[in-house]
Amino acid sequence: MTRLLPALLVLAIAAVPWLMPNLQVLLTLALAKGIAVMGVTVLLRAGQVSFGHALFFAVSAYAAAFLIAAWPGADLILVLVAGVAGALVAGLLVGLFVVRYRGIFFSMLNLAFSMIFWSFLEKFYHLTGGADGKRIRRPPVLGADIGRSDFELLLFYITLGLALALAWFTLRWLGSPRGHLFRTIKTNETRLQYLGMSPRHVMLSGYVLSAVLCGVGGVLMGLSQGVVTPDFAWWVRSGEMVFIAVLGGAGSVAGALLGAIVYEMVRIYASAFAGDIWQMLLGGFLLIIILFAPGGLVGMFHRFFPGRAQDGEDRT
Amino acid sequence: MNFVTVLLATFDGIAYAALVFIVAVGLTLIFGVMRIVNVAHGSLYAIGAYLTASLTAAILAAGLPPYLGFPVMLVAAVVIGVVIGGPMEWLLLRRIYDKPEVLQLLVTFAVFMILEDVQRLVWGTQPYFQSAALQSLGMVQVFGVNYTVYQLIVLPLAAIVLLVGLRYFLRRTLVGKLILATTEDREAAQAIGINADRVFLLTFVVGAALAGLGGALAQPTTSVLPGIGADMIVLSFAVVATAGLGQIEGAAVAALLIGLGRSFAVYLWPEAAVLVPYIIMVLVLMVRPEGLFGSPAARKI
Repeated sequence: MTRLLPALLVLAIAAVPWLMPNLQVLLTLALAKGIAVMGVTVLLRAGQVSFGHALFFAVSAYAAAFLIAAWPGADLILVLVAGVAGALVAGLLVGLFVVRYRGIFFSMLNLAFSMIFWSFLEKFYHLTGGADGKRIRRPPVLGADIGRSDFELLLFYITLGLALALAWFTLRWLGSPRGHLFRTIKTNETRLQYLGMSPRHVMLSGYVLSAVLCGVGGVLMGLSQGVVTPDFAWWVRSGEMVFIAVLGGAGSVAGALLGAIVYEMVRIYASAFAGDIWQMLLGGFLLIIILFAPGGLVGMFHRFFPGRAQDGEDRT
Repeated sequence: MNFVTVLLATFDGIAYAALVFIVAVGLTLIFGVMRIVNVAHGSLYAIGAYLTASLTAAILAAGLPPYLGFPVMLVAAVVIGVVIGGPMEWLLLRRIYDKPEVLQLLVTFAVFMILEDVQRLVWGTQPYFQSAALQSLGMVQVFGVNYTVYQLIVLPLAAIVLLVGLRYFLRRTLVGKLILATTEDREAAQAIGINADRVFLLTFVVGAALAGLGGALAQPTTSVLPGIGADMIVLSFAVVATAGLGQIEGAAVAALLIGLGRSFAVYLWPEAAVLVPYIIMVLVLMVRPEGLFGSPAARKI
């Protein structure tokens, strides 16, 4: 059951454009967000929480927007690569600084960096378009201009494919020797040093991975919406990512994707009558999950369907 | 930059530093005693400002003189400490002292999200501007520069009184010594009969009230609108981190540094003014990872 259900779920999602076409865009956004949440999840495995990972989400979307503005003929693949490269460079630069810190400092310094970038986007109007943001026009795919609905369909499958591939990669990474070292930062950092490893190097590799994951999510989100605004870097976004990571099950990679889908579904239907108190609901649920259901959605799943834990996942 | 601009920038910086210090000292006090960074601190600041704006408007509407705005600020601060800070520690934080740091951060972050929406529900999204208290004190002329008495004298004075008062309270009074003892070693303090729960509650109420006081004092100088809470928590954390977590006197120096840096940037490079506090923080932390006055923590193996 534990093996069959996820496979069925993936098949159901892949069939959505044919069975329930009106959910297609929503799921694209949800999966894009889910990929970004995987980045936050990676850090949770080292026992660290970042309140500023929307920074990388925004950096990659803006990188894509700038590339398309400067070179309208840029191919979709090139746009994706440019966005992710932007997040990679930003992750490396910020990472070099923040990996020196743990706990409170780590969280708050990430928040500070995202606030800096947000202020920059808002204030330097002539460069960034200020609060209006920048348009991301539909790029050609392999040299061919394709229509809007075809592009949306393509983007849906690209997002789904990337979500699965990156989830697989992240699990493999967390299960790899480096991933094990990375997880040791949570359990016993001193032991890591006794092994002769540099915790900062280990932390940096995980941090860059998390930034890249957020970047993939950001550029997909930007392409799907056709516009990027400073809102992409706003702290509420970061808070949302942390929320989804905890909702899905803190530290669970599959939970990040699952949590994102559940979250977006609920948000779409709830925002009609609870738009004003949305953050309040999020905060309330966050408290409830932390205090009463620390395993999140994945924890509940395992409680109902006990089975072998996947390599790289832990259920604590 | 001529003499008058330098003077103006200095005055702006000092007034701003005084406000940031009052908020930051609450944050650093709570951290020093409870080892928790209260992310909702910024919301308490914002609610303090909103509450003062509403109460002052009510006083003016009742035909009472505007100088009553000053006692109102103290009332707002106490209300926030007792009505929001008290239950928050008592119902929520008390459950998580033994939990990992990440969960403590997430809990206060959740409270922050809730309080941000509470503000919007109660006060809406329209900016509030209410400077009757500030105007009632008039202007003062220093070296040919006109400046408000409120910002030049009242705010710095409040910050200094707070700094000296807090020092005296912690070092000379019995309750203050109990707090310091609990900070030093909670278990030993409990073993000699100190009620650590009560000390934590008291500290959190005082810290929360200081956030509210900061908001109340800031209110006449600025318009109150959604989002100031998020700005303030990051800014006051920048101050606290620059000084070293838990350092009260250090927070005063860091606030002055950051306040002056920001106000000079307003005149020299306005777009970057909001970035200056963070640049200062990052530069300080690169050289001294524990902050200016923090001491490296001993590692337990």
